Amino acid sequence: MSKLSRRNFLKGSGLLAAGGVLPMSLIELAFADPRQNFNFAYISDSHIQHIKGKEFVRNWDRGLMRAVAETNLLDPKPDFVLYGGDIAQLGTKPEIDHGLELLSALRYPVRYALGEHDYYLDLGEYWESQLGPQYYSFDHKGVHFVVLNSILTYDEWTNKWPTPEQRMAVMAGLDNPNGSPFMVGEAQRAWMADDLAKVAKTTPVVVLSHSPLQKIFRNWNFWTEDAEQVQALLAPFDKVTVLYGHVHQIQYNQIGNISFNSAMATAWPWPYPRSYAQAPSHMPKLTVPMNRADPFFERDATGWQFIDLHSGNIDLHYALYDNPNRVVAFNAQSGRPEDTAFQDPATRVPAQMHY
Amino acid sequence: MSNITQSAVAAPLAALLCIAAGGVQADDFTDAELERWQGQFMEVVEEGRRLWGTEGLGSNRLVCGQCHPNAANTHPETYPKFQKQLGRVVPIWEMVNWCIRNPLEGEALNAADPRMIALQAYMNYERRGVAMEPGKH
Ligand code: HEC
Ligand SMILES: [Fe+2]
Ligand SMILES: [Fe+2]
Repeated sequence: MSKLSRRNFLKGSGLLAAGGVLPMSLIELAFADPRQNFNFAYISDSHIQHIKGKEFVRNWDRGLMRAVAETNLLDPKPDFVLYGGDIAQLGTKPEIDHGLELLSALRYPVRYALGEHDYYLDLGEYWESQLGPQYYSFDHKGVHFVVLNSILTYDEWTNKWPTPEQRMAVMAGLDNPNGSPFMVGEAQRAWMADDLAKVAKTTPVVVLSHSPLQKIFRNWNFWTEDAEQVQALLAPFDKVTVLYGHVHQIQYNQIGNISFNSAMATAWPWPYPRSYAQAPSHMPKLTVPMNRADPFFERDATGWQFIDLHSGNIDLHYALYDNPNRVVAFNAQSGRPEDTAFQDPATRVPAQMHY
Repeated sequence: MSNITQSAVAAPLAALLCIAAGGVQADDFTDAELERWQGQFMEVVEEGRRLWGTEGLGSNRLVCGQCHPNAANTHPETYPKFQKQLGRVVPIWEMVNWCIRNPLEGEALNAADPRMIALQAYMNYERRGVAMEPGKH
């Protein structure tokens, strides 16, 4: 515990103590004009999975229910919640309906991004009928938010499947060699250029995307095929943050003016790419991995995040269940996101070694 | 060594060499055979890969590949090893069964079940080239 002043942001977390939660703390940051600051929560990758009839995979339901319950206890209250995609496992109506029913318990407005598991059955049709356009932007307290559908792929791939179910099943297998790389695509990039043209370069920009908008590991689609073009659209702005889902693990990076932060899943954690011995990967050097998951505790290495947006950059608090919570905060001196406890290699713990 | 024991060993050895020289090549094999054996092994690997992504090992439609893409994080090169929750050194098939019973809510397989062998062949194959590190956590 540091000597910085803190305030609890999980009010009444004693209620959840039986479930193993410790109260999280929010590091208080002093700014010239604290009125600029605001908070939001960030939940992602619930993968609600239909078994049959009214049965859904209990483990994934629990993960989402816990994230929702804890988010509702936040103090200070977040202005809204961002949902990073992959509500469903196979994109079906029962899965999306059940996921949205669990999410409807949130006491805040929610903004959604599409994940590939929501999309590749009906190309996002049902999702769109429930949640609105597949990509859009909005403004909040002087910050411009852009929400992308970043899990599109080549049309030839999308259109080649005899049935939508086959297409969905192949894209749902992370390591399926018949999958196809994610991309934002030309049409959406044109929309984005247009949208950003109206925004002053001094306005902080936050992009919500399911895929990483950088190239980390192609085999598992920790990847965006047109990442460079998307980054080029964001390059002229002073402060840009990309929040992404899909990877089910803590990642962060800084490329030029763009900070990248990922979300953990509420469902299950993924191995870090370096643990696949047969293919090269490019995990950002900055990233200090989360602890290896304990298979004996099903919520371990899953969770949700609380975000403190100050002066246009973010501090991201990871609510981890069987591990100490982590905070990855933008360091104004070094100009990049850094873990507040583990960035220095001397402070790392054995469980952060993945192989 | 004394002369007595030396001659005691030499006699049966000479007998063995005579048999080999007589044309019984018990331990010889051809490229074609090597190829066939590799083929047999790869069929079992392929079956393991299929099981890895197919519902049915469990009861809730989960598959191993959901949490272990390319069998990552199964670390076959570290087994047998101590598992603190089981309190003893276990072979890998016990951890496979642990994942079948828990996340997959299924029933444990016998150690010699062809599906268990296929799952192990697949995990090992995805880990080929990685140094053996028995006991590593
Ligand atoms: C819900 C997610 C999940 C599913 C599904 C799952 N596992 Fe696991 N399994 C884990 C986690 C998490 C670990 C711990 C990984 C680590 O030690 O880094 C683990 C560990 C293991 C280990 C031991 C690895 C080690 O390093 O000691 C083996 C072997 C294994 N799983 C095999 C399987 C097999 C086979 C299946 C399918 C029958 C399966 N798992 C399904 C989550 C899962
Ligand atoms: Fe996901
Ligand atoms: Fe995804």
